[in-house]
Amino acid sequence: MLELLGATALSTFFDVGPIVVVLGFFQFIVLRRPLARPGRILLGIVLVILGMTLFLVGLESALFPLGRTMALQLTEPAFLGTAGASADWRDYGWVYVFAAAIGFATTIAEPALIAVALKAAQISGGAVPPFGLRLTVAFGVAIGVALGCLRIVTGTPLAWCIIAGYVVVLLQTMITPRMIVPLAYDSGGVTTSTVTVPVVTALGLGLATVIPSRSPLTDGFGLIAFASLFPILTVQAYAWLASTWSRLAKARREKATVR
Amino acid sequence: MLRALKPVQRLLGSTLRDLAPLFLVIGFFQAVVLQQPFPNLLDVGIGLIFVVIGLTLFVGGLKIGLFPLGEAMAESFARKGSLSALLAFAFLLGFTTTIAEPALIAVVDQAGAAAAAANVVADQPDAIARYALWLRITVALSVGIALVIGVIRIVRGWPIQILIIAGYTGIAAMTAIAPPEIVGIAYDSGGVTTSTVTVPLVAALGVGLASVIRGRNPVVDGFGLIAFASLTPMMFVLAFGTIWKQL
Repeated sequence: MLELLGATALSTFFDVGPIVVVLGFFQFIVLRRPLARPGRILLGIVLVILGMTLFLVGLESALFPLGRTMALQLTEPAFLGTAGASADWRDYGWVYVFAAAIGFATTIAEPALIAVALKAAQISGGAVPPFGLRLTVAFGVAIGVALGCLRIVTGTPLAWCIIAGYVVVLLQTMITPRMIVPLAYDSGGVTTSTVTVPVVTALGLGLATVIPSRSPLTDGFGLIAFASLFPILTVQAYAWLASTWSRLAKARREKATVR
Repeated sequence: MLRALKPVQRLLGSTLRDLAPLFLVIGFFQAVVLQQPFPNLLDVGIGLIFVVIGLTLFVGGLKIGLFPLGEAMAESFARKGSLSALLAFAFLLGFTTTIAEPALIAVVDQAGAAAAAANVVADQPDAIARYALWLRITVALSVGIALVIGVIRIVRGWPIQILIIAGYTGIAAMTAIAPPEIVGIAYDSGGVTTSTVTVPLVAALGVGLASVIRGRNPVVDGFGLIAFASLTPMMFVLAFGTIWKQL
């Protein structure tokens, strides 16, 4: 574990290093404006690097190996009870359940999404509740990963699904409150990060390896694309429902006062 | 002393809440569905403690470090009034953070293997490595350009929908002509580019800019940078696959 700790600290350092160089160059050479409370900011950056390192080491030693083996075991013919016979899409029931559950769980734990949710709550003056946003996004990822697994099993071309999905997103945008649209689009990109990608990728690879006539090289991809698409749909849908609901409630109240 | 510990306690509590679903799902599938014992319970236990402490420190550091820094820099750029310096910063931030992104490195290696299987590159390690490296540079360039476009959008106040519609129309058109083996990789590459450290910085930068520039609403105009950073990689990777095949 110590070895893992050292290696992860090093890779986190290399991950953050370039960012620090760019920030430092612009802060001290281009902008040359003093920062307020530099010591506190430095402490914050150190905490972020330290936190990321511990978080990744913990995931790598406790959760990822289990998650990966699980993804493989759930797709094994021996587990599905279809050894010898060719499996139908209905035989993968537990795979879809696992896909949805793990998609939801990894998204709730995703640090990047926590960051965006905090920011959204801060600037909207609490109109966008941080945990509510994360729940909505997590439901989106759950649906996305489960449907993405179904797509790998049935072999539907990825491009059709994704393009159809984005057509729906764009149509939905027309009726979504304008304030939420950029946030909804952003939430698609941030969901698939440190925690979600490794487990979800293993799931796609496992499925594509086990299913006859699928190649892990070409059919294992696509789950992340699904997981980035569906949060946009759920966040916009939620915002539309919430605004319609409050409009109806307001109309009802006004009607009541007129009487 | 106790009073100083209150925020830490609250942060730790919310971290536990954030991680509980993950522990439950993995525990449930291991014990109930697959009916397997947990391997190395001690390792798992220590790992879980690391995860909880790590996420708590990260969120704490975010609030006192990355967010204030991103906001302060956005304000300094706006005061300085040099758009070219701001755009250079946006490009470099996108490019440097993406080129070193571990998730991206994993994906391009897989993409190299897929390309070799489809006979797009010779099935030799150095040919595959060259393909993977160029793919990585392509994605990093696309993220740099995405942040530049996104920052121009905030400064000018363009509506995000039109750019997004144009982007996805372009992607749909390019999918039609791109070689099929690159499509899955291209679509996935949009999701893996935005790393955990970049996102808070980029969000703080966007929101900071939109708060400082007159006539911009931080909610409407501040978000959207990450959306562009997820869109342009798809486009660039599709173009990369198409061009590489023509060469």
